[in-house]
Amino acid sequence: MIAPKNRGPMSYDTVKAEAGLTAALAKTPAEVVATLTESGLKGRGGAGFPTGLKWKFAAESQGQDKYVICNADEGEPGTFKDRFLLTDYAGLVMDGMTAGGWAIGAKHGIIYLRGEYTYMCAHLEALLQARRDKQLLGKNVGGHQGFDFDIEIRMGSGAYVCGEETALIESLEGQRGEPRNRPPFPVDTGFMDKPSIVNNVETFAYVACILVKGADWFKKTGTAKSTGLKIFSVSGDCERPGVYEFPMGITVADLLSAVGGSDAKAVQIGGASGYCAPAAEFNRTIAYEDIATGGSIIVFGQNRDMLKVAKNFLEFFVEESCGQCTPCRDGNPKLLEGVELLEKGRCSTKYLSELCSLGETMQLASKCGLGQTSANAFLSIVKHFGPDVMARTPHCAGHRKS
Amino acid sequence: MVDYPKSDTGRAPVSQKRQVISPGNNGADGSAQVALTIDGQQVNVPVGTTILEAAKQVGIHIPTLCAHHDLCVAGVCRVCVVEVEGMRTLQASCAYPVSQPMNIQTHTRKVRQARRHIIDLMLSHHYGECYACGRNNNCELQALAKEYGVDFFRFGHPEKPEHEIDNSSHSVVRDMNKCVLCRRCVRTCIDLQEVGALEAINRGDKTRIATFMDQPLASVVCINCGQCINRCPTGALRANDPTDEVWAAIDDPTKHVVIQTAPAPRAAIGECFGLPPGRALTFEMNTALRVCGFDRVFDTNFTADLTILEEGTELLLRLQKALKETSGPVALPQFTSCSPGWIKYLEHFYPEYIPNVSTAKSPQQMFGAITKTYYAKLHGIDPKDIVTVALMPCSAKKFECNRPEMVDSGFKDVDYGLTTRELAKMIQEAGIDLPNMQPSDFDEPFGTATGSGVIFGATGGVMEAALRTVIELVVGVKVENLFEHADIIPVRGMDGIRCVELKIPSVGPVPDILKPLFESWEFLNGATLKVAIAHGTANAHKVMEDIKNGGPMSQFHFIEFMGCPGGCIGGGGQPIPTSLEIRQARAKAIYGEDSSSKIRKSHENPHVLKFYKEFLTEGPCGHLSHKLLHTHYTPRGKFITP
Repeated sequence: MIAPKNRGPMSYDTVKAEAGLTAALAKTPAEVVATLTESGLKGRGGAGFPTGLKWKFAAESQGQDKYVICNADEGEPGTFKDRFLLTDYAGLVMDGMTAGGWAIGAKHGIIYLRGEYTYMCAHLEALLQARRDKQLLGKNVGGHQGFDFDIEIRMGSGAYVCGEETALIESLEGQRGEPRNRPPFPVDTGFMDKPSIVNNVETFAYVACILVKGADWFKKTGTAKSTGLKIFSVSGDCERPGVYEFPMGITVADLLSAVGGSDAKAVQIGGASGYCAPAAEFNRTIAYEDIATGGSIIVFGQNRDMLKVAKNFLEFFVEESCGQCTPCRDGNPKLLEGVELLEKGRCSTKYLSELCSLGETMQLASKCGLGQTSANAFLSIVKHFGPDVMARTPHCAGHRKS
Repeated sequence: MVDYPKSDTGRAPVSQKRQVISPGNNGADGSAQVALTIDGQQVNVPVGTTILEAAKQVGIHIPTLCAHHDLCVAGVCRVCVVEVEGMRTLQASCAYPVSQPMNIQTHTRKVRQARRHIIDLMLSHHYGECYACGRNNNCELQALAKEYGVDFFRFGHPEKPEHEIDNSSHSVVRDMNKCVLCRRCVRTCIDLQEVGALEAINRGDKTRIATFMDQPLASVVCINCGQCINRCPTGALRANDPTDEVWAAIDDPTKHVVIQTAPAPRAAIGECFGLPPGRALTFEMNTALRVCGFDRVFDTNFTADLTILEEGTELLLRLQKALKETSGPVALPQFTSCSPGWIKYLEHFYPEYIPNVSTAKSPQQMFGAITKTYYAKLHGIDPKDIVTVALMPCSAKKFECNRPEMVDSGFKDVDYGLTTRELAKMIQEAGIDLPNMQPSDFDEPFGTATGSGVIFGATGGVMEAALRTVIELVVGVKVENLFEHADIIPVRGMDGIRCVELKIPSVGPVPDILKPLFESWEFLNGATLKVAIAHGTANAHKVMEDIKNGGPMSQFHFIEFMGCPGGCIGGGGQPIPTSLEIRQARAKAIYGEDSSSKIRKSHENPHVLKFYKEFLTEGPCGHLSHKLLHTHYTPRGKFITP
């Protein structure tokens, strides 16, 4: 297994696997939901929907069969924290999922595992079996009469868009991985039309921690709107790339100094779909109310050509758009063509501003989060790195040295 | 109460089924209302109503492209986005069912900018020039571009076609260079018709609509119904158009060109000339066809009457075998055979039920066969010089006339199938003002048709026509005595599946024309005839599954299947657009023509009786009739080798 080079201390180290489940079962389902609501935990996949609220909706949804789905389709460029969590702390994730089953009244749990993580299957299956042997999965979980819950692993097939929860559900059902219209939301009409909660790997792991250590423990770090801690996957031009846990609300500058990347030219926060912050904005905070992220931090050193960075991300989205809605399917290639024109020094400022307003349309009118965020990197790079973007002339195309 | 399959449940793939937004889904008593403010106007609508529908109610127009009344929601083109107060992103109004009070703006800067960008993006992939397109002035993309004042291609325009045009099919031509990926065809094929010949493949900018393994359309399970054509917003899908060949035949002095016209096009062709749906132009069209240069104008209803006699006799023979003789199994229920879309559907998906299909040809093919035999002989014309053209509401009829077995006259029985749209184009090309033509009659010897023939054009029509004849021939009393004005109302309507049981109270003597086949009707005395009607192959699918599983419909006697929703009036060759209201208006015109017909029952058509007397002397299902008027089918299955 591939272990990250560097890792910081984790609050997960202080919580034993299975303790989260024990703590959950000591509470009523409503108390579990209340604890999460109290903690202020928000979805750690990046979208930041309050976990307690999501679980409350699903718990209130009518229906016998409900599903707890763990989104382990970690596909955001620069993100590798879920791989790390499933390798080192899978027990906590499973605790969190089982607590979810307890809280919303579900019998079925599914880990939707990224296709590239197939190698992890044996390890996870062994853990699941061990839990079944200990009656932590299966019939009467933890000795609670009538609480049946089991977890199965289902493999993704390598589509980035399947990390979007409704596309993930479509994929689970055997359809093309394409996002659905919302509403209805998965908490009402999810997998097989049944109420379902889809949460990120990290969210489930924090659920276990919160149930063990209490909502107050979690709330005491972070900001008012972004409580608690967050796992970051840091890569790029820094001295200590790796997986770290930081409190929410950390400034970009603090994060950079912790990983040895203080002289960065820019930081891409939130992966390809995230925001590219220039050095002038390093005093901003990483939080849902400022710069949100699913945990990907890519550091760009002084020698990086930011136009190439934008191009790289756009190539990714041109490929990974599901192809369903017009703004995303056709908009991303137009932005990419624009970057190619910029590279050749053949893009007028007028057309560039047209492309920026197209980017805004993509953010506003795309069907799902992929399309809504795919222009972010391009727009922020154009905004902050004018010289990199515009300072190409036709005769020096391809020969520019930074 | 027997639990027959319902027509309104269980539509295909779960992923698409759930996206059917039902305004009826609004709380326990169905009366929950929600208050919306749209562009400052207040409106209360039931919970579950889409923003688009709510806006329509207060007269606010929101442009759409991928949305279609007949199809489940997609929300993919994003043209219909609106701004909702408190929401970060714009919402697709066609796909947003309201449940809470909302303040909606339909034309803010963001909305206008987004719509214009989306249209420009679609145009950047839409190859071709409007004036060289069959959908010129009838294209939703063109209309949108006009509505949003597109006067240049902001994001470019393709200079070269990217995709080869697939004209492998006799019925449907696919030109993916014009496709804007609204996926209406996919939803039509998978969800509305439950055929599944088309699906989106690939991702991102490589996404396109394709057949299984990218095979030519002629080599996949396409049933040729053409419903995708009727719902395509652009010219990406069209029927295989033989207009040039038809003109060439008209222009050739050595050719005797006859056209037969089916009932459904008459009720719809006016729409191509700016008339509202539901105004029949039957007799104006006769004059126009003569002006175009057709030598004879015949009425397909004549062979529809003939079909009733052949198919009805066949049914009685099967019933006699089942109820009287006990030897050997009898393939019941009998299925109708006039819809070529349905026939190909059955050949692909239920080939084991081919014995149940009536061997009677469709009226179109019967007409071709007798034109090149009976008519040729009667008028002393060499059949090789006769060109038979069929005006049909249908794209599958083009395939049907090209079936290799359809040469029983010794020649290709029907040379060309024209759709309503193609004929409208010919009439326009000839400079004819169709709605204002002087009416004129059909030509002899097939000039007389009955109301029964006319109603073949609407779902339930074949069943009603057959029942009028079978009841009268068997019971021996006027059908008017059993059903007022001979209108068998229970078989009519637009419900997807309709089941009717008719008890035969008593039997009369066997009429002369059937005496060679039946001694008496005693075997039917007191029997209950169970019949059903299904239209659209999604409903056919439900009926067939019920039969396959030994459900209640396996005990039925006779089932009318139509490949297209609404029957022929909703056929794949009819004017575009289509909707339930349009189809209902066309059906009304059809039943109006039936109601005003002098003769209402097929077996009372004097020309048909004369035809049997002079030509098919052995009567229905006799030797010559079997040669000319009956056919066989091809078990195709789903696995097709190219």
